[in-house]
Amino acid sequence: MRTSVDAPRGLSARRRAWHGAVRAAMYLSAALTCALALGLIGYILWRGLPGLSWEFLTTQESILKGTDGILPAIQNTIYVILVTLVIVLPLGVGAAVYLTEYATNRRLTGAIEFATETLAGIPSILYALVGMLVFCQFCDLGTTLLAGSLTLVIMTLPTIIRTTQESLKAVPAGYREGAAGLGAGRWHMIRTIVLPCALDGIVTGCILAVGRIVGESAVLIFTAGMSTSMQNFFGSGGLVKSSGATLTVALYVYAKERYKYDNAFSVAVVLLALTLLINLAAGAAGKRAKRKEER
Amino acid sequence: MKKIATAALALVLALGLLTACGANSTAPSSSAAAQESSSTPASEPASETEALSGVVNTSGSTSMESVVLALSEAFKELYPDVTVNYSGTGSGAGIEAAQTGTSDIGLSSRELTEEETAAGAVSNVVAKDGVAVIVNPANGVEDLTVEQIADIFSGKITNWSELGGEDMEIAVYGREAGSGTRGAFEEIVGVVDACQLTNEYSSTGDLVGNVAGNENAIGYASLSAVDDTVKAVKVGGVACTEDTIKDGSYAIQRPFVMVTMEGVALSDAAQAFLDFAMSPDAASIIAAAGAVSANG
Amino acid sequence: MQPQARGKRAFRDGIENAMRLIFTVCGFIAIAFVLLISVYLILSGLPAIKEVGLFDFLLGARWDSTNKTDPAYGILPFILTSIWGTCGAIVIGVPVGILTAVFLARVAPPRLAAVVRPAVDLLAGIPSVVYGLVGMMVLVPSIKDLFDLKAGDSLLAAILVLAVMILPSIVSVSETALKAVPKEYAEGSLALGATSLETDFKVILPAARSGVAASVVLGVGRAIGEAMAILMVAGNAANMPGLFKSVKFLTTAIASEMSYASVGSLQRNALYSIGLVLFVFIMLINILLNKVLKKNKE
Repeated sequence: MRTSVDAPRGLSARRRAWHGAVRAAMYLSAALTCALALGLIGYILWRGLPGLSWEFLTTQESILKGTDGILPAIQNTIYVILVTLVIVLPLGVGAAVYLTEYATNRRLTGAIEFATETLAGIPSILYALVGMLVFCQFCDLGTTLLAGSLTLVIMTLPTIIRTTQESLKAVPAGYREGAAGLGAGRWHMIRTIVLPCALDGIVTGCILAVGRIVGESAVLIFTAGMSTSMQNFFGSGGLVKSSGATLTVALYVYAKERYKYDNAFSVAVVLLALTLLINLAAGAAGKRAKRKEER
Repeated sequence: MKKIATAALALVLALGLLTACGANSTAPSSSAAAQESSSTPASEPASETEALSGVVNTSGSTSMESVVLALSEAFKELYPDVTVNYSGTGSGAGIEAAQTGTSDIGLSSRELTEEETAAGAVSNVVAKDGVAVIVNPANGVEDLTVEQIADIFSGKITNWSELGGEDMEIAVYGREAGSGTRGAFEEIVGVVDACQLTNEYSSTGDLVGNVAGNENAIGYASLSAVDDTVKAVKVGGVACTEDTIKDGSYAIQRPFVMVTMEGVALSDAAQAFLDFAMSPDAASIIAAAGAVSANG
Repeated sequence: MQPQARGKRAFRDGIENAMRLIFTVCGFIAIAFVLLISVYLILSGLPAIKEVGLFDFLLGARWDSTNKTDPAYGILPFILTSIWGTCGAIVIGVPVGILTAVFLARVAPPRLAAVVRPAVDLLAGIPSVVYGLVGMMVLVPSIKDLFDLKAGDSLLAAILVLAVMILPSIVSVSETALKAVPKEYAEGSLALGATSLETDFKVILPAARSGVAASVVLGVGRAIGEAMAILMVAGNAANMPGLFKSVKFLTTAIASEMSYASVGSLQRNALYSIGLVLFVFIMLINILLNKVLKKNKE
């Protein structure tokens, strides 16, 4: 039962000094963190909100008319998220299922888990290098959104594997034993019992992966290009050949190449809102998964 | 329903991937285009304008940004089904992108070197542009000779007071090494490999923005990117304007080049865009973007 | 009847086996990717090191990759800048982060913590280019004016941006570790006459040290690997590190030169070599992190 952090009376002078110093440092640090969070968010809103309008979100940039809009960047972001998830989900969930349901050799699972950790730790600039060499040049995809998405598949794989694995582990052993006792094959059991139970965990993984995709810049700049033109994904070759900037990359382009700082801040506001949304969604999904575990 | 849609999307992507990965360098665009056009009910080709569709990826010089964006916008009005993409990666990267096929058309704001043309790169000059020497508007210095500029960039002059300005240290801003602007500037001013830069920037806009934000700074940028946030100084008494570029009296100028590869056929859409950019019709658009058309 | 059932069973077994195969392939894909990346980086990174010489490459003090008459490929400035930048970010970010974590986990009233925690999470999720943007619009000019420099893009600006960027992950990982310490520790300590503050810092914090250490290692990894945010504030000249000098990191050297170095040139190969060096750094950190986490589990 703590009541306060104040030092009780009757401590030696040295102990009192220690208390004073540590308490001051702690409060200062906490205040600094809060101030940073508030200051950053406030500053971004202050600079970005005035330029944010429905028109900014739903039109594209025009040099001849001198107007700005980020609809292409929004579309590109959605494209990259969809393509990446469609490819990484089966791979990541499959890997997690293998690790928890099939693998028996502990050394092997250890190796796979280490590989997953390693992938998670590799900085995005190295993914950019490898993605550019492998997908853009070696596979001849060129600098396209597709090449960017494929690179992001490698990058988000560990996120999906880890969260799925955790939720699979949480599925009660009794369910599996029951299914096995009834003579169900392993795949049948996975399909009907294990995966549905782990669904919330998989959803959490997806949300986290989306967060990573939305925040990524280095990889996409080098593999997906920086075009802010409207893409016609359903036109001829559109799905494969389109290249362009996602929101994060558009922010970089505005800030570093076009010195349109106000636009950059408006994009930052959009990204801030997206991040908040993703965090809330991940929190909610995580809570649901946990409640299920406890039940 | 959702499952089917997802599966369909995955299938399409896998197909696309296979065709792209399996084919050689020029095939993917054409094979994808062929697939698409054969599967869509071919409406009677009324005119060439309607038949043209596809994606044209261009990348390279950040100086050419406004010119290329303006051209692609005008082009889109002629051919609504063609998307022209621009990525500002720098001239060196643009030339390379054309050579490796990662882009359809490379953009270079310097002339191609002999090595590059020997390797098959083809130069299509669309415009001429001046490299403006820019300072902060608060700076009192108005006129510099080429020698003075050379001395500033090679570190012999380090304070504005030596040039009749205030007593401030000079912050020398330059572009990264693959930049066409830097290449042209250093060659004409005579400071190749001799620059003592305070900061290096990887794009035209970045440099202009930073000169606008620092009253000690000097830098160089494409005239088409210069606005009233910075001041272009006169070079040897000649102001950097479209007229002085056109008549050649402004010393520091270079071409805007669209780079293609010899022996590599462009897609129809890319060829049409290149033809459009080279045509006299494009002159007014290029002028609107702040450069001087080479073909108008 | 009999053969039909057998056929059905064979079909089912076939599916079972096929799925087993598919899952096994998926399981190995992470290893395959790591191998792909390693092999690619090593193969493309070695030629330049061979050409320049390992010693000259790692310890050469001059990087002038585009000088036509006398190019130099020494990456010591980048290595030192990366080390300095990371150390600086750690020195600032870690104490603040850990102290904030203690505050959130042990001291803060629940209602305040419930407000601060989402804010910290939001900071953790903000894309790095946003940090770069704010850094270049706010930090860089302030540093220029504050220290009366000719330009504010500097190692100092990069360090501050990195410190802010690693702060949230240090806070949240440390907080989780602190909260996982069994209640009995605190009760015992308080019963022995320690004040609550002493309990927090001399009992709980040491008990959570492996989790806190993991957060620091994670922070190091993030700081050394960050590229775009510091590209926007560091000035990007290949100087030896100095607090107020414009500098290039290992990551920003790759990011700023990769797109325009021509294929096959020594410059481009040297960039791959920088990637390889960075990769080695990251692998060392990963192995360290793995050790720390294992210890954590025990």
